[in-house]
Amino acid sequence: MLRAKQVSAREVAQAHLDRIRHEDEKYGCFLTVDEPRTLAEADHAQELLDRGEAGPLTGIPIAIKDNISTKGLRTTCASRILENYVPPFDATVMQQISSQGLVTLGKTNLDEFAMGTSCENSAFKPSRNPWDTSRSPGGSSGGSAAAVAAELAPLSLGSDTGGSIRMPASLCGIVGYKPTYGRVSRYGLVAFGSSLDQIGPFARNVEDCALLAEAISGHDHRDSTSLQDAKIKVGGLKSGRLNGLKFALPKEMFEGALEPGVRQIMEETVATLTREGVQFTEISIPEIGLGVTTYYIIAPAEASSNLARFDGVRYGPREESQGHIGVVAATRGRLFGHEVKARIMIGTYALSAGYYDAFYLKAQKVRAKMAAKFEQAFQDFDAVLTPASPVVAFKLGELSDDPLQLKLLDFCTIPANMGGFPGISLNAGFSDGLPVGVQLLAPVMGDEKLLQMAYSVERALPDAIRRPNMP
Amino acid sequence: MANYIPSVGMEVHAELLTHSKMFCRCPVAFGGEPNTRVCPVCMGLPGTLPVPNRSAIEMALRTSLALNCKIAYESVFHRKNYFYPDLPKGYQVSQYGETNPLGYHGWVEIPSGDGYQRVSIRRVHLEEDTGKLMHLPSGGSGVDYNRAGVPLMEIVTGFPPDISTPDESKEYLYQLRLILLYLEVCDGKLEHGSMRCEPNISVRPDDQSELGTKTELKNLNSFRSVQLGVQFEVRRQVAVLEGGGRVAQETRGWNDTSETSFLMRTKETEQDYRYFACPDLIPMHFTEEYIEGLRAELPELPLAKLRRYRDDYLLGEKDARRLVEDRHWAEFFEEGIKLGGDPKLVCNWMISDFARLLNETGQVISERAKDDDAHDVSKVTPAHIVDLVNLVSKGTISGKTAKDIFDEMFKSGDFASSLVEKKGATQISDSDQILAWVREALAKNPDVVGKYKSGQTNVIGFLVGQVMKSSQGRANAPMVQDLVKKELE
Repeated sequence: MLRAKQVSAREVAQAHLDRIRHEDEKYGCFLTVDEPRTLAEADHAQELLDRGEAGPLTGIPIAIKDNISTKGLRTTCASRILENYVPPFDATVMQQISSQGLVTLGKTNLDEFAMGTSCENSAFKPSRNPWDTSRSPGGSSGGSAAAVAAELAPLSLGSDTGGSIRMPASLCGIVGYKPTYGRVSRYGLVAFGSSLDQIGPFARNVEDCALLAEAISGHDHRDSTSLQDAKIKVGGLKSGRLNGLKFALPKEMFEGALEPGVRQIMEETVATLTREGVQFTEISIPEIGLGVTTYYIIAPAEASSNLARFDGVRYGPREESQGHIGVVAATRGRLFGHEVKARIMIGTYALSAGYYDAFYLKAQKVRAKMAAKFEQAFQDFDAVLTPASPVVAFKLGELSDDPLQLKLLDFCTIPANMGGFPGISLNAGFSDGLPVGVQLLAPVMGDEKLLQMAYSVERALPDAIRRPNMP
Repeated sequence: MANYIPSVGMEVHAELLTHSKMFCRCPVAFGGEPNTRVCPVCMGLPGTLPVPNRSAIEMALRTSLALNCKIAYESVFHRKNYFYPDLPKGYQVSQYGETNPLGYHGWVEIPSGDGYQRVSIRRVHLEEDTGKLMHLPSGGSGVDYNRAGVPLMEIVTGFPPDISTPDESKEYLYQLRLILLYLEVCDGKLEHGSMRCEPNISVRPDDQSELGTKTELKNLNSFRSVQLGVQFEVRRQVAVLEGGGRVAQETRGWNDTSETSFLMRTKETEQDYRYFACPDLIPMHFTEEYIEGLRAELPELPLAKLRRYRDDYLLGEKDARRLVEDRHWAEFFEEGIKLGGDPKLVCNWMISDFARLLNETGQVISERAKDDDAHDVSKVTPAHIVDLVNLVSKGTISGKTAKDIFDEMFKSGDFASSLVEKKGATQISDSDQILAWVREALAKNPDVVGKYKSGQTNVIGFLVGQVMKSSQGRANAPMVQDLVKKELE
């Protein structure tokens, strides 16, 4: 429509801004919206369209998780300590999307510093699930997921350290994708667990998701962990076929913890895809059972170091106290939320002399072993299929007193971060009217084929792109 | 009083002479307005990532090779976590472990007594410098991040320490600095802090085998302060022990004015830096071919040069040392040898008249020897010296004339041979002419002749001088000497 000049980029942007202004109160997706800035970006996109220099996403609005640095636009990580922090530089992904004429609508809510699975750990407000606003959209990229599900934005960016894109995508009934570690630059993403963090897209269907993945991927000399052939090319997205594909089902991900409703949708999905010619084989990767434990050593360890820069010297209103360490302790004590403090403590402990070998080093060994097991599976199968979340959207507050239960929700998504391989979640059906996501996992650098398979799976699943009933 | 044996471990930080910082592209320079050489990366803004500086890594590897270290073909950067206001990220990217630093388990030789002594090197590793805390004129403190992220190479001596005297401490630092200057990896300016030395000092009674409690000394910004500082600490610790006390493990600062050390902080417990491999940086791998290539390209190092000058050119130890203590002097000297100059004579002219004139005028020896301070480069090149030396050894000019010619050459930049030609200052070796001057001198000074005849033979110098005067310094001095003697007999 944009290219056919039926609407202008400004009209599209304005329509979304209006919708955000009127509807976001219900969902709490956005932390910062700068309308004049958005409209200026839309006008720039229009110029590209008018000059015939438009790419596939030029003029399309997008919401950005608020842990991705945006030059001149507040980037809070949903933390009091960064409440007034305005980055003087753009994350590489921001440079990429603006050079391709996407229009930034604003910054979306998250669990503070991306630590959480419910979006309730935001220092500012919880986000709500558009399918049922009494429920959580999942986390940590809850604002970005809910914004796409609620049609406040057609696209959004999130970050995924242990499932923070795929899990909320599952709870909100949309597509969420974590690319191979190193295919999307982390430069400008406020670090949580550096060896696990990866930026990725949310969209309402696989095709949009793939186009956005193409737009934000590529080698970046500013990120030493960026891969050489990082660009995700999605030209062959629609040319795949389900017939003859071999999918593995790791039994550890279908045991115990699954809600019955989720289990049922998984069974239906397997049945549907079997009819389409996919061959399923059950496999066993016992290390999956250690995933959450391992993750909750490595990610907090890295986080404890990554968040050390927030010491009251440069960010946040400093708390005066005795001596430098006193200032650090007082400032951090007041401005970090409970979950962030808990993880910093866990991480500090895990790295401490005398505990390093028993915790951090051992966790790294388990991580390597788990990654090797999955690598082995990918040699025998085209993909590994799992639930994206063991539960459907839960009530806000329902699990906030049960941090352990919340952490266990990540067990399906954590392996992809441990091994650096890509994973995508798309809607497979509904349980009591709430979305249930299915996750496909593929080998490192297998992103193109993963997206192609996801596209085919989406075609085969009748509920894949259903929208919630909303005004 | 018991005899005490001091042990000194040396920790040296050298800022590397790279164009840009360790993990970003901000320029490296000294001084300047605060926070003018900073960017999001070296300020540690959230979301920024480090990209290692290849040339810093190469400099550290070359240093490791020059210090006879083993090379870590696989090496990683770690994070050293601690809170300090000058530390932008709350951690410093550094290198940890016994065999992980770029270079480890090497040694360096230092002159000691009449010979040489080996000082073992434990590690050579790379890290990033911190910012600088400053007191603001308006009160309060500020942080200048210009220095934050400057590549810093840490060189630590082996344990147990090989160094046991203040002189050796100074000599170690001196030799290390010289090597870094030869490698052109550090400007070695102790006074600017671009090379910083922190000795760990302990003493133990000579009947005790385990080392005593050590103190660390900071703020040493000259060789003299290193020597005095170590000496002071040794005496202080001995006094503490002799008084029945025990030495506390602490960090002490050096006060250059009072020449005493003062307590900065106690180190009752070892701080836990929670080192772990920095996940933002991928492990480094070096091929043997690359390392051997670096080794092959190392310049000849000061001690090797000194030995060569001594053994091949038969220079005295002191003269040779004078030449090698400045790389530019050594280069100048060797250029002179290449041009056919006699090593001994070239050396003599360099370290006497040339050195004096450079010192008087504040000029430097070559374009390459120029640094930030705006010195002029001397017009005298190795070819000038060789020309002059040759004129003297061929007997064309006298030594006395040569000295005057050198001064003129230094001023004008003209070659000695052309100055000699212009002035007609060639040496006079015509024995009849000289004899005439000699007789004149004897005739004019009968009293001196009388003294000589009565046994005061040293007055001959005066008579020779008179002849040289008559010849305006051009007479062949040895001939004058001979003829004066003959005439007096």
